[in-house]
Parts: sequence; C-alpha cells; structure tokens
Amino acid sequence: MEGEDVKLLGLWASPFAMRVRIALNLKGVKYTYSEENLKAKSELLLKSNPVYKTVPVLIHEDKPLCESLVIMQYIDEVWAASGPAILPTNPYDRAIHRFWAVYLDDKWLSAAREIITLKAKTEEATAAAIVRMQTGLELLEEVFDKCSKGKSFFGGDSIEYLDIALGSSLSWIKVMELLTGAKIMDENKTPLLVRWGEKFCAHDAVKGVMTDVEKLLEYAKGLQAFYRNALPAQ
Amino acid sequence: MEQSASSLKLFGSWASSYTHRVQLALKLKGLEFDYVEEDLTNKSESLLLHNPIYKKVPLLLHLGRPIAESIIIIQYIDDVWPDLPILPADPYDRAVARFWCHFADDKLGPAVGAVFGSSGDEQKAAVVQVHENLKLIEHELREGTFKGKRFFGGDKIGLLDIVLGCGSYWLAVFEEVTEVKLVDAEAFPLFHAWLRDFEEQKEVKETIPAIDKLLEYARSIREMMLSHSVAAAAAASSTTTTNIAVDSSS
Repeated sequence: MEGEDVKLLGLWASPFAMRVRIALNLKGVKYTYSEENLKAKSELLLKSNPVYKTVPVLIHEDKPLCESLVIMQYIDEVWAASGPAILPTNPYDRAIHRFWAVYLDDKWLSAAREIITLKAKTEEATAAAIVRMQTGLELLEEVFDKCSKGKSFFGGDSIEYLDIALGSSLSWIKVMELLTGAKIMDENKTPLLVRWGEKFCAHDAVKGVMTDVEKLLEYAKGLQAFYRNALPAQ
Repeated sequence: MEQSASSLKLFGSWASSYTHRVQLALKLKGLEFDYVEEDLTNKSESLLLHNPIYKKVPLLLHLGRPIAESIIIIQYIDDVWPDLPILPADPYDRAVARFWCHFADDKLGPAVGAVFGSSGDEQKAAVVQVHENLKLIEHELREGTFKGKRFFGGDKIGLLDIVLGCGSYWLAVFEEVTEVKLVDAEAFPLFHAWLRDFEEQKEVKETIPAIDKLLEYARSIREMMLSHSVAAAAAASSTTTTNIAVDSSS
C-alpha cells in the first residue's frame, strides 16, 4: 500500500529484529530501518516501548508494536494479501508453530543467554547450557520432520512462523559453536535441520538480512568481555 | 464447525489460574468439554504422554490431538470456533492484547509469585515490582489503548481480560495470607474497577473457585514455603507464580 508509514527500530545483531525484517520482506512491505544503540537508546524507542525499552519495535502509522512474535502475527494479519502466509492456515498447525516459537524464546534462548552473558560461570554450567541447546534442537528436528512432510521448511514449501522464529538464531548458533568449541547443530544428530538451515539462509526474504557470522563473533566476544568485567549482579 | 460430543478434553488443576483461563474461554464459547482433574503430585500417564515437554496443566485434547500452553490453547479455540470471538477483530488491538498477555506472564505473574514466596526485605522489593507493573497497566487503562473501555476486550471480556483476570483473584488471596497490600483501590482505581467488573461476569463466577478454598490452599503453600529457607522459598515461588499450584503451566 502506498504512503504507509512503516518504521522498524532494530539492532543488527538481534535475532528478534531479524524476525521482523524477514516477515516484512515476505510481504514485500517497504519500511525504514533505524539502527538503535542499546547503550544510548533513542527517545523514539523509549517512548514506543516504555515497558521493555528494547528492540525490535515496529511503528506502523505512528502506532508502536513490540515483541517479535507479536509483531510477526501483526504483519501477517495486516498485509495478509501482500505475500505468503506467515502463520499456517490450519488452526492445529498454528498452535504447533506458536508452541515451539514460545519454547524457543522461553526455554531455549535462555540457555544461549547464559553462555553469552557468562551467567554460566563454570565449565559445568556452560556444558549444561550447551546440552540444553542441543536437546532443544533434537526436539525441533522431530518437529521439523512432522511439519515439513518431506518439504524444505517447517511451513512446507514456504517459510512460515516457526522457520523464522528458529532461523533468525542460525548465526548465533554458529557463533556459540565457535565460542564454546561445541557442536550445537550437529549434522549427525539433526541432519534435517542442518539442511533446512542452509535453505533458510538462501531464501530471498532472508539472505539480505542474515547476520554475518564473523561480524557477530566479534560482537559476541565484545559482549563476553563486557560481562567478564562487569560488577556482580545485584 | 460443529462440535461432536466429547471432542474436547481438558486436563487441569482446580487451583491453577492457567487452567481457569481455558475453562473460562470454553464457557464463553459455549463449548462442552470433558474435564480431568490432575493430581499434580502424581500426574496421569495421559498428561505426561500428551505434554512431554512441560508436563503441565492445562492441556487440551481436541479430537485426540494435544494443545498446550493456556494462551496458545485459547487462540486455538478462537481459530476453530470463530463465533463469539475472544480475540479482538482489529489487528492492532490483537497485537496490543497479545503484548500485554506476554507482559502478564513474563513480568506481573512472577512478581506476584515473588511476593507470595518471600518475606521481609525481599518481599518489600517484590511488592515494589508488582506496583511498578500494575502502574503500567493502570496507565494503559487511563491514557492508553484501553482508555474508556469497561474491559480490555471492549464491552465484553476478551483474551487479555481472561489472562489478567484469571490470576488477579489471587491478589486478594495473597493480600490476606501475607498481610501485604497489593492492589490499593486508591492507587489503582481503574484496575480495581475492571477486576470487580470481571469477577461479576456470570462465566467468571462459574469458573473461579470459592475464596475460602483458595485461602486455605494459599495458606498451606505459604506455610510450606516459609518453613524452608528463604532461598528454597524463592525457588518454589519462581516455579509457582500467580497460580501457586505446583507444576501448573502458562
């Protein structure tokens, strides 16, 4: 639609912001992107997301939307006619996609955060976090097998909600493998996901916004240095 | 879609506010369902089979297929039976409702649980958190997207009413059991008024257990928590949150 005001506040390293960019790309929505500095947040960000004060925030016709999963569903509903469906059309499949996306954000990504923020202080704690990530992916391998029905994506022939929810973390998975020396997405344990990952990254809606692993690795090392030097949490 | 007899089976726990959310949604839709009361200290084979990831209630079986996580279950119900909609019609309103549902389970619920599971200075800090969170909701009611509405869903209760409401009755219970003021009608007049209107709804009255049962239950949990160390209590409260039923899910 012409003249629509669509603005995304994001961070290049954020998998959550990437989700929104992929969703907008799928629907062919033109938008302006604004890179936030989380150490010096813009007035607009603070005004648009007073509850969490974080990215991504989508501002559509001056109305702010927060939380990547919420934003993806909004994009799917508002621009329903402009591109392929992001949420599956079948209610049961929708529930499956929603369930696993929430699992990723509530359970799986917390393990990743422990590794990056060094909340996992000992080798045992880091190893345990890695195992949680590996186990999570093994579960998703089974989910993929059921959802894809032999096709390329969780959404079958096209990428859908769960593809985006997980795929947006692919660069971070590689970075964590480099940081820890452990194999998190293992060709031997999750071969379907490995193949899916390659196809996902090559998708037209994804390839322009997938984070560069080398750049992300430097960023992650910087974050770990920050947490190493930070005062103990209160 | 026509509903065949007993096509719906809900596994729940009587004191679980997450279970109440789904029961309320089903009642609002006028849907018949079989109900299985789970003993959360001795979970059934069926529950463990159908919800292997979280092993929690509520769990809905529809035509034998499981759906878990209360907010996902409610959206599923709304998708399958679109009459008498629970989610708002407008995409922006839907996004706002979903956002505040996320906030309810991510921030408000755990904060209330922390008040219940602690004492002394730790509890004082937890109360401050609850008030900070309630202020945000009060602001939305006063000046934000919910301004002038009787319910978060408009004239009738909707998803956010269900999610916030089934849980907010614990506030009065916890206030009595811990002797801490959580929802001051003067500090949060709109929230207070909304909760009162919510609790007056016929289907809500049919869903929420009697207050004396809730009080008895809360007292026994609180006693158990305080008889352990503070650290153990904090650990327990972080897993019980607003519904305080052990192993009850979101």
